[in-house]
Amino acid sequence: MMGSYPFSLARFMAVLRKEFVQMRRDRLTFAMMIGVPLLQLVLFGFAINSDPKSLPTAVQVEDASELSRSFISAMQNSTYFRIDHIVNDHTEGNRLLQEGEVQFFVTIPQNFSRDLARGEHPTLLVEADATDPAATSNAITALQNLNYSAFQHDLRGPLSRFATVPPPFEVRIHRRYNPEGITQYNIVPGLMGVVLTMTMVMMTALSVTRERERGTMENLLATPVRPLEVMSGKIVPYIVIGYVQVLIILVLAKWLFGVPMLGSLTLLSIALIVYIAANLAVGFTFSTIATNQLQAMQMAFFFFLPSILLSGFMFPFRGMPQWAQMVGEIFPLTHFLRIVRGILLKGNNAAEILPHVWPIALFFLVMAIVALSRYRETLD
Amino acid sequence: MNIDAGGPAIEVRGLSKRFGDKIVVDNVDLVVPSGRIMGFLGPNGSGKTTTIRMLCGLLRPDAGEGTCLGFDFRTQAREIKLRVGYMTQRFSLYEDLSIRENLEFVARVYNVAHPRKAVDQALEGLGLETRTAQLAGALSGGWKQRLALAACLLHEPKLLLLDEPTAGVDPKARREFWDHIHLLAARGMTVLVSTHYMDEAERCHALAYIAYGKLLAEGTAPEVIQQAGLHTWSVSGDGLNALAIELRALPGIDMVVPFGASLHVSGVDENKLETVLAPYRTRDELAWSRITPSLEDAFIRFMQQGQDNFQ
Repeated sequence: MMGSYPFSLARFMAVLRKEFVQMRRDRLTFAMMIGVPLLQLVLFGFAINSDPKSLPTAVQVEDASELSRSFISAMQNSTYFRIDHIVNDHTEGNRLLQEGEVQFFVTIPQNFSRDLARGEHPTLLVEADATDPAATSNAITALQNLNYSAFQHDLRGPLSRFATVPPPFEVRIHRRYNPEGITQYNIVPGLMGVVLTMTMVMMTALSVTRERERGTMENLLATPVRPLEVMSGKIVPYIVIGYVQVLIILVLAKWLFGVPMLGSLTLLSIALIVYIAANLAVGFTFSTIATNQLQAMQMAFFFFLPSILLSGFMFPFRGMPQWAQMVGEIFPLTHFLRIVRGILLKGNNAAEILPHVWPIALFFLVMAIVALSRYRETLD
Repeated sequence: MNIDAGGPAIEVRGLSKRFGDKIVVDNVDLVVPSGRIMGFLGPNGSGKTTTIRMLCGLLRPDAGEGTCLGFDFRTQAREIKLRVGYMTQRFSLYEDLSIRENLEFVARVYNVAHPRKAVDQALEGLGLETRTAQLAGALSGGWKQRLALAACLLHEPKLLLLDEPTAGVDPKARREFWDHIHLLAARGMTVLVSTHYMDEAERCHALAYIAYGKLLAEGTAPEVIQQAGLHTWSVSGDGLNALAIELRALPGIDMVVPFGASLHVSGVDENKLETVLAPYRTRDELAWSRITPSLEDAFIRFMQQGQDNFQ
């Protein structure tokens, strides 16, 4: 067959040349091909760190002694902990943990140095927010090694006999919210946010762009239908679909993965409205920019990629450098992850999730303004 | 002032539109009397679609003033949209909806009182009662066109704007389409229809010819031919191809256009034309006759003129 109709270099070159010309015409695709590797390189190369350090820590010191100070500075020297709250009572420390302000809460008990001197092996209590096991595991390991090394300087003279094994005191670690360190407990609720972002942004972006691409937009604009009617009419079905997705994920999370659901599901569904609206507004904004469905898909992908990488879904949020955290704070997914993990795993109440709701609401507001100002009632 | 008072359905002056630095519609004045069928003609890219889109509020004009059905077309687009049926050049109903679903959607968007009933009637009128569940995308070109027309008639508009409605439609369907249009006009509807077909142009009550954004002629078919200012001879016989090339080079002959087995030879200056043609008219192999220029002759002349003005 090849013999009678041989491969023609000229025809091959014709196709090749055409492909390059078309590639050059489609600016957005071209930008994607260059932009995606750059974006991934920056995110994976600089932003993502699976060994998070400088985790915010609260300390309650009931025993103001040289030894306590040594222990605290040893924690900081390990680079895993950043002591930024000194609290006076246990309730305060618990609140910080519950609201996600700190990752660890360390209590140095009364008479710690006295008991140590008496060789009574006193106990240090460390409570960890273990919703994301990946964020805490290395720090906890480092902490367990501290009781061998922390007091090397202090345990001299008469105390030097304690500087040997077994360790002079016990570090008792409470892995709060996810005591067994089950990764699914963290991932499955987070997946809810990821799935919603993916479908909501893409579907709305496509639904308007499709009208433009197929030419039905012209007919629609010639009718008396108003922009708000089009926008809301197109958005509501996807809100319904969003809730169906949530329901499916929740049911599977419960029955398949046994994810604990401590907080109020009503509260979750209210927070969901804001989150879904924010994502739909992004999709709608994209649809006012994209000229065809492929472009809309590409834009959705460009939003999705940093969302998923910088939100703390795949990698611990606190492991990222400051600039990456600041970028991450923009994305609704970042805040929604805190909300959904907070409600399901920590039993957060309305007041506790509010700090994470308003950034999403703000994001929605900005996006809705952009979308509405870009939506044209004419074909101009 | 309103159409019911007997004023023109469309009356615009100085209509202009530019895209970037390209002027697409340039200072066009257009009057379409109520109840008439106005043919809107001109070469591709001459600004017909842009003009129609401005009239129904799909594009914002850069300049111009006037009324459409008695409403200011710049500020009262909503009022106009309620009373205008616009049929786009490209099929713009939903291909993934059925015939009935498409019609019901349009009826509801226009707040038609009894959408189901209105759609039933429309389907009956179309002869599509048996195929209501068929997807619009599966229809042939001719049926798509009928469906599109039915869709823009559902809300009983007073003005129809049809943008090349019969492009790609077979002659029988075109004829039926035009019969329908005339029926609607007889009931008082005003129609502005753009087309490239001469036979369709001749079916219109009045014509407007636009090229390179400028309105070049307006009036009934004979008036438009008159405005072209052509004097035309028809010649038939042997060796017409060679003759055409020869004649085109002569001064005083402005146009040589083949029409089937004959050539139309036209000039603006009658005396010059006669002088130049005199030696050819004695040739035995050629049969000459003086004719009234056709509409097509006139349009080709306008197109040349437009080009001259444009360059």
